[in-house]
Amino acid sequence: MEGGGSDGSDLDNLKATELKLGLPGTGEQEKLPSILPRSSKRAILEANEGPSKRNSSEIKSVERDQKPAAKAQIVGWPPIQSYRKNSYQAMKMEAEPTGMYVKVSMDGVPYLRKIDLKVYKGYEELREALEDMFKCFSLGEISRMNESNGYEYAITYEDKDGDWMLVGDVPWEMFISSCKRMRIMKGDEARGLGSTP
Amino acid sequence: MTYFPEEVVERIFDFLATHRDRNAVSTVCKTWYRVERLSRRSVFVGNCYAVRPERVVARYPRLRSLTVKGKPHFADFNLVPHDWGGFALPWIEAAARGCPGLEELRLKRMIVFDESLELLARSFPNFKVLVLISCEGFSTDGLAAIATYCRVLRELDLQENEMEDRGPQWLSCFPDSCTSLVSLNFACLKGEVNAVSLERLVARCPNLRTLRLNRAVSVDTLSKILARAPHLVDLGTGSFTIDHRAEAYHKLINNFIKCKSLRSLSGFWDATPRCLPAVYPICGNLTGLNLSYAPAIQGADLIKLIRQCSKLQRLWVLDCIGDKGLAVVANTCKELQELRVFPSDVYGEGIAAVTEEGLVAVSSGCPKLISLLYFCHQMTNAALITVAKNCPQFTRFRLCILDPGKPDPVTNQPLDEGFGAIVQSCKDLRRLSLSGHLTDQVFLYIGMYAERLEMLSIAFAGDSDKGMVYVLNGCKNLRKLEIRDSPFGDAALLEDVGKYETMRSLWMSSCDVTLGGCKTLAAKMPRLNVEVINEMDESDELEENPSDLHRVEKMYVYRTVAGPRNDAPDFVWTL
Repeated sequence: MEGGGSDGSDLDNLKATELKLGLPGTGEQEKLPSILPRSSKRAILEANEGPSKRNSSEIKSVERDQKPAAKAQIVGWPPIQSYRKNSYQAMKMEAEPTGMYVKVSMDGVPYLRKIDLKVYKGYEELREALEDMFKCFSLGEISRMNESNGYEYAITYEDKDGDWMLVGDVPWEMFISSCKRMRIMKGDEARGLGSTP
Repeated sequence: MTYFPEEVVERIFDFLATHRDRNAVSTVCKTWYRVERLSRRSVFVGNCYAVRPERVVARYPRLRSLTVKGKPHFADFNLVPHDWGGFALPWIEAAARGCPGLEELRLKRMIVFDESLELLARSFPNFKVLVLISCEGFSTDGLAAIATYCRVLRELDLQENEMEDRGPQWLSCFPDSCTSLVSLNFACLKGEVNAVSLERLVARCPNLRTLRLNRAVSVDTLSKILARAPHLVDLGTGSFTIDHRAEAYHKLINNFIKCKSLRSLSGFWDATPRCLPAVYPICGNLTGLNLSYAPAIQGADLIKLIRQCSKLQRLWVLDCIGDKGLAVVANTCKELQELRVFPSDVYGEGIAAVTEEGLVAVSSGCPKLISLLYFCHQMTNAALITVAKNCPQFTRFRLCILDPGKPDPVTNQPLDEGFGAIVQSCKDLRRLSLSGHLTDQVFLYIGMYAERLEMLSIAFAGDSDKGMVYVLNGCKNLRKLEIRDSPFGDAALLEDVGKYETMRSLWMSSCDVTLGGCKTLAAKMPRLNVEVINEMDESDELEENPSDLHRVEKMYVYRTVAGPRNDAPDFVWTL
């Protein structure tokens, strides 16, 4: 017995891996749990089926490494008291309510700024944001070290080990997880960094 | 026995400790029935719809302690609509009319309104104990009524309730003359309380032994309270964040040291590792520790703490304790009886914090372990077989593998053999929750071996009706069966309809039972309430004339002498 068309179920699986912010059981009616029991012959579907008898469709054997976000789709699973679940939600949200704020200093500027690294998707956006922030102070573009034309500044950051690194070398995710603070270096110091092979 | 005067018979009945025994003697003869009912002090109603409150009160007019449970267990996981039922008011009203001597009321999973609490407070002059677990519908106004009118209140115990906060005044409603408190637990309260009122209350109640604060109570207040009440036995801290260099920290440590009687600790909201040393002085005496709301305490800090708790009997932690941490528990906590490991990362995958290794370690190191709740990412048959061999004394075994339907990762086999070993080895097993990939085979084992089993929870398991039938046929002492997302249908449901009268209740959701099957069951068994819960609000078809072939999403069956209930909402059909 076949449930919906097999093409349809691929799309359904994809939809099911969509990250949703709500608690399971809230929000949309249509919830497809994509982690399905291996040999189960049933489709675990939510209500909008219509009056027809429930078809027990063939379940595709779901990959074990399916995206974990899909787990949130099964109502009432894992079986944790909603009281406890709500407490954990509240604690999680409070733990990171304001994202990843780091201080940014710029040489010669009397005060520092703070930016939320989580807001940016990558180095480009970060650079633009910094340029914008320090517009009134900078004499030129805050550019990448690798540019061959003249530059006035270099963006550096202090990592977990306390070392000052040049921004841009490592993947973005790695950067934001190890960056403790940033410093926009100018002039000679910057050039000194640039000349390292 | 009938030649003894009734007073003597009554004294003999006093020795009967359990409800079951008392229920049994009441059926022997009319005299015994009368003696028993007039001397009965305590009644337990496992399902509030199994009997009418008026009936209970009429039969036991000298009742002093009443316990009533409402919603089915799966309501804890949002599977039961909020307004399904389970109202406390009819019980309180009936008791107010018929048992004015009531002293204790314990309610679980019921809807309790402020009006009900107010009626309660005003109706029973001797009222001493109120315990509300997983209830909802009331606010701090209701608590204010309790505090104001219950002159001899001993216990106010609020566990995991969803209650509305209408301000901190309620605590100040305890009159100055109230000095009788022995136990006060408001950990689930979300709002603030007046610190001064709290300290004063604690100071004037010399018999206070249990105090569980909520998150809004600061460490400073906690310190002052400990100073006033060093005789506390059970403490739930409030917010446990302190700067470890501050004076407040040193005061706290000193006050903890004075608490020689402290045996149980919980709370630890917002606790960070820095604050933990404050409790080191009393760790050696602890028999109970609940760190399941302290996600910031992990790894090495957690281990360091546990190493000092050699007398622990009850431990609740998050899975960030890791297998390593559980090995430390196994080495240190030789008195451990109950272990609960909760998942810290509920929706994401995160790091597989605990696996079968941790469980095996604890099973081999803790010879007194009898109760387990274990959330993990994976489990193997080999591990379960080892655990079964190490711990044949389990009475409660609840295993939740977070990925539903996940097989043994080593052999790719279902976990039938593992759970089979558990039920075969643990002859006293009363409660069992299954998870992982399971076929009908595991139910065959359960039916064969789990003779003492009273409660069974099944999710995403089984292949066919045979599975459920094995359980219904085999488990003679089964009282509660709850099943979700498993392929059991009408044939299984109707195999032995008489069985359900020997049980408290049956819950089936997202299974293959049809409306027709439910109707058949209801027709055959008039003393069962067969409730079909339909939450589908967009489907008009159901309201008109749903076909008998239509699959039922949620079904709740329970035995009752009260007939169909009269307070069911529209979406609940009693067939």
